[in-house]
Amino acid sequence: MKATIQITLKSGVLDPQGKAIENALGQLGFDGIGEVRQGKLIEIDLQAGNAETARAQLADMCEKLLANTVIENYDIQLDSAE
Amino acid sequence: MQAAVIVFPGSNCDRDVAVCLEAALGHAPLMAWHGDASLPDCDLIVLPGGFSYGDYLRCGSMAANSPIMRDVVAQAQNGARVLGICNGFQVLTECGLLPGVLMQNKGLNFVCRNTHLIIERNDTPFTHHYAQGEEIIIPVAHNEGNYFADDDTLKKLQDENCIAMTYAPDDNPNGACLDIAGICSPDGHVLGMMPHPERRAEAALGGDDGKRMFTAIVETLS
Amino acid sequence: MTLHNRHINETEITDAIVAEHGLTPAEYAEIVAHMGRTPNMTELGVFSVMWSEHCSYKSSRKWLKELPVDGPQVIQGPGENAGVIDIGDGDAAIFKMESHNHPSFIEPYQGAATGVGGIMRDVFTMGARPVANLNALRFGEPSHPKTRHLVSGVVAGIGGYGNCIGVPTVGGEVNFDASYNGNILVNAMCVGLARTDKIFYAAATGVGAPVVYVGSKTGRDGIHGATMASAEFDDASEEKRPTVQVGDPFTEKLLLEACLELMASDAIIGIQDMGAAGLTSSSVEMADKGNVGIHLNLDKVPCRETHMTGYEMLLSESQERMLMVLKPGREAEAEKIFQRWGLDFAVIGELTDTNRMQVSHEGREIADMPLKPLADGAPEYDRPHVKTPPAPALSDINHKVPVDAALKQLMNSSEIASRRWIWEQYDSMVMGDTIAGPGGDAALVRVHGSHKALAISTDVTPRYCLADPVTGGMQAVAETWRNITATGAKPLAITNCLNFGNPERPEIMGQFVGCLEGMGAACEALDFPVVSGNVSLYNETNGAGIMPTPAIGGVGVMADLGKAVGNGFIETGHSIYLIGETMGHLGCSLYQRAILGDRSQVAPPPVDLHAERANGDFLRAAIDGGLVAAAHDLSDGGLAVALAEMCLKNAIGCQIDNLDDRPEILFGEDQARYLVAIAPDSMAAFEAQAEASAIPIAALGKTGGADLTIGETIHISIKELGELHESWLPDLMQ
Repeated sequence: MKATIQITLKSGVLDPQGKAIENALGQLGFDGIGEVRQGKLIEIDLQAGNAETARAQLADMCEKLLANTVIENYDIQLDSAE
Repeated sequence: MQAAVIVFPGSNCDRDVAVCLEAALGHAPLMAWHGDASLPDCDLIVLPGGFSYGDYLRCGSMAANSPIMRDVVAQAQNGARVLGICNGFQVLTECGLLPGVLMQNKGLNFVCRNTHLIIERNDTPFTHHYAQGEEIIIPVAHNEGNYFADDDTLKKLQDENCIAMTYAPDDNPNGACLDIAGICSPDGHVLGMMPHPERRAEAALGGDDGKRMFTAIVETLS
Repeated sequence: MTLHNRHINETEITDAIVAEHGLTPAEYAEIVAHMGRTPNMTELGVFSVMWSEHCSYKSSRKWLKELPVDGPQVIQGPGENAGVIDIGDGDAAIFKMESHNHPSFIEPYQGAATGVGGIMRDVFTMGARPVANLNALRFGEPSHPKTRHLVSGVVAGIGGYGNCIGVPTVGGEVNFDASYNGNILVNAMCVGLARTDKIFYAAATGVGAPVVYVGSKTGRDGIHGATMASAEFDDASEEKRPTVQVGDPFTEKLLLEACLELMASDAIIGIQDMGAAGLTSSSVEMADKGNVGIHLNLDKVPCRETHMTGYEMLLSESQERMLMVLKPGREAEAEKIFQRWGLDFAVIGELTDTNRMQVSHEGREIADMPLKPLADGAPEYDRPHVKTPPAPALSDINHKVPVDAALKQLMNSSEIASRRWIWEQYDSMVMGDTIAGPGGDAALVRVHGSHKALAISTDVTPRYCLADPVTGGMQAVAETWRNITATGAKPLAITNCLNFGNPERPEIMGQFVGCLEGMGAACEALDFPVVSGNVSLYNETNGAGIMPTPAIGGVGVMADLGKAVGNGFIETGHSIYLIGETMGHLGCSLYQRAILGDRSQVAPPPVDLHAERANGDFLRAAIDGGLVAAAHDLSDGGLAVALAEMCLKNAIGCQIDNLDDRPEILFGEDQARYLVAIAPDSMAAFEAQAEASAIPIAALGKTGGADLTIGETIHISIKELGELHESWLPDLMQ
């Protein structure tokens, strides 16, 4: 199975990188750009029995390592097709 | 007094802090490998600066999950003193021994320079050789030193006198909340700081304001 | 790219394929003669990288042989991974400088990062723990659209790699000039320390000994990077992005620690890092130096990509890999160390007695080549060269700008302004031994656990080299020697990075030959031999080449670091003396270009090597005798700029009342000069020593106050000078 995890900053947490990107887009001439936030995407190939065990495992991974839940949220997408 | 310096893959200030500890202690500290399941009983445990695991994922995140950290946390809960410097401070926040998180510097660049620090709390085992409010010079060298915590946590830090040192006005190198350079646990036994006292512990290197941090902890524990 | 159904060796070798590999028809004919048959594709690939300019030095070898390389302080001169010098007490310094110009133009962060990674491996492969990094950078003019992006990327890359691996970046230099618009220069230098009785070389001996691969897995990075470095850019170069290697400093840190740990034992016979041309060049060089043969089984090579052909595995420039030959039986012991550090370890071959390189993959022999021709057989070209015509002296000078305005303008100019924006992004203090970091004349790094320090500096003045290559080459070595001398240290040896344009153009080759002639003369006169170096040619875009830039990296030693001096005034009331003669030479100066607005090609200041030696030895002795409070050598911008720099260091001004304040005296770039600050009770001894040694000195004035004052004509506050000096680079980059 292939899992895709999106890790994003909790709203309210200052994101200097997002701000820099926002400014750069403005300087490139893109109008109407509002707030920009930058996050992380992690792809994991895993062998798990079924989608439910996989999700539980992935959530555990996120809680323990992949996300810092003090400042980050995570979202798990699972593709069982592979 | 038994002191240990934890060495993670990618730690690179372990030798530097060991040199300062040896100068204060009179004997070399134990260099403890991250992969060891256990750590001998220690009075002082130091998490050194560097780029453990290359700073990959998040600074200190993988180091905080090293086998030896279980024992480090247990010993801390049993009264051992713990000092986390720079990457070590990041590890302390990742493993929960200290609150908050170190984020990327506001200027988005690595910064290496001397900073002026104010000692905000001088009754910890690490800071009692400084005067309350004393201004000292200690260098920083980091890309992720921007201390952040939510408002409730910040208030708690203030109420419990856990802000150990701040950057002097106009000398904050990274945008940290409340100019926080270092924080401690309420009982002062665990201290995390971004500046590197081990880089300012002898005159030949420009000054020795950092030396008193090591003499202080050795005096407390001897 | 990869052929699953047809082996790459079944490809017919056509003229076009030979040309794509960067080989001339004549070179190809020689290869066929050496092989005794037509090479297959894999063998052609191997020859093409070993015979590339970058690996074989075919255009430069003839001239490099003329450089002075000997001295009692030299343990190992050019020819190994890095140079080795004796610094006393059983200690050795191991160092080299290398270029990573072409990759840095294409992908500045990774190009610069992997340049740093590569040079560090060259040092620790010899058993030395790296203790200092420096870099010499040349960018296009500040207003060029790419400059900010390149500066930002290169600086971030150098910092990103060096800081992570934990070696301090302690010095360097940066120039901006239009001639580098299409070809920036990124030269990285590394210095390491070892014990003289524990130095590791590449030569691999012992038929049957195991050949071992350690470090990162192999991917498709940088295939044909060596040939890219040997080719000019044209407008299609941007599409070359996939060939740039990506560095992993974390893995290099692990590799460094694992190698040093294994080196503490005697299990290693020979060791070499895999740099340009990866597995190929390290295998060929190790076996050839040991006068043996080598057999490789590519099935054993750890790969991170699937379906890699033997051709790709041999030519890959994946980073952070080393090749070792171990004593038979020691494999398990070595593997345990590398496993502990989380690194791949694989026995991929053995030494043979064939003097050939034989490679098998997936059950077939895919390459079988004689080693000598690979290692040494590249033609040695004696390319036609035309001497640079002598440049006329600067004439028709119209000093329209008052000298105080000129000084302010120079302090706020691209070549003089503070580089703090750059070096505060480098960790200059890790390892706890940096006595003097960026901003000094030379960096001072303590030899851990001792009272000794290494003094390290990089320097060259490319505009002098363009106007008069011989003088420019001499001046580059002399100024590096002065930088080290000004701290009180004794200069010992140099490395160099020779950056030039297309050697197939006689005028460029003439620049190369001229610069080397000048360098050689200076090395000889100053007892400052060359122990290592690197050549980077073809730094041209669309036919326009860079200024000749022979970057010198010098190393010296301070026997007692307690006696070292800095380059800023340290107290009020000290006397300021100028050491050396001033004729007022404005030709080729920054004043000529920036203030007179005159960029005509004129003669640079002459270099008197006898005076350089005499003045420098005198200063060093005076520092050793405790007579000197501060010392600074004069260079770009001349005397007034050097005074300003000494004031700014610790914000202590000066009052100069014994100086001819004409522009040629204030801003002339006469060589062999230093400014020193002498405390009142050392003045008599200092003057007596100068007289006894027949060294020209002049007392100019005193330190103190909040201003830089020269006679009636210059009166500028230190505060204003500081703002001008510090603002230029941040203003450019923000």
